[in-house]
Amino acid sequence: MLKGLPITELSADEAVLHALNRLAYGPRPGDIERVKQFGLAKWIDRQLNPNAIDDKVLEARLQSLPTLRMSTATLMADYPQPRQVAKQAAQARASASAVSARETIEAPVRSGSASGESDDAPSPMKQPAGNVATEGAGKRGVLSIDPNAVPRPIADDSKRPARIVEELAMAKMTRAIYSDRQLEQVMDDFWFNHFNVFAGKGEDRYYLTSYERDVIRPHALGKFKDLVKASATSPAMLFYLDNFLSADPRAAERLAQQRAMRQRMRGGFGRFPRPAPNPPAKNKKKQERGLNENYGRELMELHTLGVDGGYTQKDVTEVARAFTGWTIEKPRENPQFKFDERLHDPDSKIILGKKIHSGGMKDGEQVIELLAKHPSTARFVSTKLARRFVSDNPPPTLVSRMAETFRKKDGDIREVLRTMIYSPEFWSRSAYRAKIKTPFELVASTVRALGTDVDSTMPLVQWVSRIGEPLYLCQPPTGYSDKAEAWVNSGALLNRLNFSLALAGNKVRGSRSELAALLGPSSSADGSQILDRAVQIFLGGQAGPGTIETLKKQLDDPQVMQARLDDPAKPADLGVITGLVLGAPEFQRR
Amino acid sequence: MSGDCCQGSRPVPFSRRYFLTRSGISLIGLSTVPAFLQRAMAASPSAGKKQLVVLFQRGAADGLNIVVPFGEPDYYRLRPTISIPQPRKGAADAALDLDGFFALHPSLAPLTPLFQKNELAIVHAAGSPDPTRSHFDAQDFMESGTPGVKSTDDGWLNRALEAVPEEHASPFRAVAMGPNLPRMLRGSAPAIALPDVKQFRVMAQTPGAGQIAEGGFEAMYAQTVDHALRGTGTETFEAIDMLRKADPARYKPENGASYGNSRLGQSLEQIGQLLKADIGTEVLFVDSGGWDNHVNEGGVQGQLSNLLKDLGQGMAAFRQDMGDRMENIVFVTMSEFGRTAKENGNRGTDHGHANCMLVMGGAVTGGKVYGRWPGLNQGQLNDGRDLALTTDFRSVLGEILANHIGVRDLAPVFPGFDNSPRKFTGLIRV
Repeated sequence: MLKGLPITELSADEAVLHALNRLAYGPRPGDIERVKQFGLAKWIDRQLNPNAIDDKVLEARLQSLPTLRMSTATLMADYPQPRQVAKQAAQARASASAVSARETIEAPVRSGSASGESDDAPSPMKQPAGNVATEGAGKRGVLSIDPNAVPRPIADDSKRPARIVEELAMAKMTRAIYSDRQLEQVMDDFWFNHFNVFAGKGEDRYYLTSYERDVIRPHALGKFKDLVKASATSPAMLFYLDNFLSADPRAAERLAQQRAMRQRMRGGFGRFPRPAPNPPAKNKKKQERGLNENYGRELMELHTLGVDGGYTQKDVTEVARAFTGWTIEKPRENPQFKFDERLHDPDSKIILGKKIHSGGMKDGEQVIELLAKHPSTARFVSTKLARRFVSDNPPPTLVSRMAETFRKKDGDIREVLRTMIYSPEFWSRSAYRAKIKTPFELVASTVRALGTDVDSTMPLVQWVSRIGEPLYLCQPPTGYSDKAEAWVNSGALLNRLNFSLALAGNKVRGSRSELAALLGPSSSADGSQILDRAVQIFLGGQAGPGTIETLKKQLDDPQVMQARLDDPAKPADLGVITGLVLGAPEFQRR
Repeated sequence: MSGDCCQGSRPVPFSRRYFLTRSGISLIGLSTVPAFLQRAMAASPSAGKKQLVVLFQRGAADGLNIVVPFGEPDYYRLRPTISIPQPRKGAADAALDLDGFFALHPSLAPLTPLFQKNELAIVHAAGSPDPTRSHFDAQDFMESGTPGVKSTDDGWLNRALEAVPEEHASPFRAVAMGPNLPRMLRGSAPAIALPDVKQFRVMAQTPGAGQIAEGGFEAMYAQTVDHALRGTGTETFEAIDMLRKADPARYKPENGASYGNSRLGQSLEQIGQLLKADIGTEVLFVDSGGWDNHVNEGGVQGQLSNLLKDLGQGMAAFRQDMGDRMENIVFVTMSEFGRTAKENGNRGTDHGHANCMLVMGGAVTGGKVYGRWPGLNQGQLNDGRDLALTTDFRSVLGEILANHIGVRDLAPVFPGFDNSPRKFTGLIRV
């Protein structure tokens, strides 16, 4: 069953659990047995080739989220901003009755601020629903976003733009819980986070659906270079990191001169040519369209080489110059990548010691090629993968081996993962349960562990946010952290515990767990036996001895005893016992 | 508590007995007091312990319309439709004169008495020297306290806590109101994110199960071999316990203070409750959003006006509610950058540079607008478009930390910045 895998330190059951916790979002009831029967190595191999896995059950569940399949243009047309609605209504009226344009409600086109951000830009605690500062939603609801107190429609026909990101989040949750292509979902999450885009920045709320579907997902197990290229040309990234605004500072001048030259030539025949116009305004610094280094820096710092990858500030500027002209056409109607020659800096660049002077769009393409092939990139990406899949401080030997595969196989992500999984470090005792689950991983794994039937994932999405990881709403391009210290703080821990209790107690709207089916009917056993069963099922039978002991003490609590004495038919509270076990320190780890 | 909250008289010292009887714990000797409570008492403010409240306005608040330079003709030239009219006696829709040159936006009316009583100061043309106009970067720089440097892991406020270490610090020494710890409070000094004072507890879903659940979790985490989780667990349950016993939610606003129902108002009320509960809170953080008014910012009326009504009401209510405690509290506002001096074509403004900071509290030498005013004519604008910077935000925060909180060496708090006391402006009395 473990044939071919370098497993020496873990038992067979542990190995399967480990695989399900790392390469998937945790076991569902019966999963461990099923994988053992199928063969672990075979299961892994299948997960590495997700297209061969039938995911119809998942697809059926996603049908109720129509925005997932829409193009950006359709999303913009069908889910307009409120002022756009007014504009559209006005336009409709205007065309219907041929009223003059002056009566049209003001259609504010956002003036070109240097970074193009909108009214709804960042508040890290902002939920995707309107201006919280002035909402007087009543004392209670305003501060505590209790997913069970605020009713949310499961089907929302209002066509608010916020719905688009909500559907993305609900889909992500649904996939993690129900997809059979588990590794693909994990890699989706990994790469989206690596190439993070913040949904709260202006137009990005419209661009993300396509970004995830057409840029991230198709390449998640493919070639790294393809991911970089696809991300570099995506409206989502171009907007988020401002590259769509980036232009050669002399572009305006050049254009003006070209225009002037054309005018002079036109007016030239038989007349004196008009003198060349004065150079543009004295205020040379005042450029709305100048060089923007944001993308150039993050491409190297966060996407490829890593902050210690060996680039300088000069390199950042040069990379930015190479990407001038990479912009978005029709950003508010039908956004597409466009290379605009007029904005491009045509002079040669020197990046990491290499001269780049191919001209036009090829400059940027060459940079991507250069960065993708750089040894620092192999190392940086391998380290991040190892951190996600093995431990917060992955063994250097493992990282080196993965980096070597990365270089040898031209950044083939599937091959790098294979190297990782077939390394003894992956299956070491020190890697076992070494990682703290992120809020998303915690919620997904808890739902899977209970075999919960989920009607609507929205309350689960809200819990993920409450525990600290609002989906698609990570502001900085670094994405969410993959280290324990980011997630382990008092407020967050309390929310994790409360989530376990809520889900196990069947108090999360839209979710229903049948605990008796898992643990046996509550009347048939005493609390202690149920506890043992719960620990077996949810913690693989492996809880620290202290954990079980203390829990048993709680169950012997006079209050519980009293209740049973009073009413022998009253069942042990499966919900509380399950909630306690799922909130145990052991379950916070994967 | 003295009747007139705005007298500025010395506060009644909070004795330990006061704390304990208020908490409903009767005791015979200190030895019977649970350990966490002893720690809290050791840390809790008896007379003299200072507190700092930081309010971050996210989105780049428009300083020029908040504290209006009405004495500047260029202001009116640059903002034909959204400027605030010059102060006029008895006019509700004009700016509120502060000192003959600057005035407050009329929606901040609740703050004028504070300015007049010298409890509120303003620092204008203040902010971060970094030229970025990216919200994310600028907020990051302002919270890390190292403008221009992206590799700083922690926040200046956390480093400030480290600079005044406390051996038996209460788990509530640093509190952020909301579900997440802001960048400013990240670091090695412990800090708690508190979304709602009323809901910081284990919420079992069946009646009677609460104690079992809480007891079970507390016990599990106290003895787990998982080191990281044990530490956090212990902190969490101590905090829950402390909060339950101190019951800050029972404190009602005093002195007629009315916070209003907005998220900011509610957060400020809860800050007030935490301070009254005397559980060792020294530093509090709250943020407010929605300040990024590119469109329909408006002048006397508009989006900014609504935000300011909220802000003014909240800050004034807080001051009123705190009464004599305000002696020991400094309340400061900040925003990642200001906005363009010239309005855009949409009755709004775009990303700018320098901004204004409000500083309120007993130790504040108020009734003044600090900072050198750079002017608004074309040659005086930053990049030809924004209010230029003449005071670094780190000077303002540095003076507060040094003179109010007692940080002796500011260098680790704001590395790379020269924060010598010679340069202090007298904003904060020692």
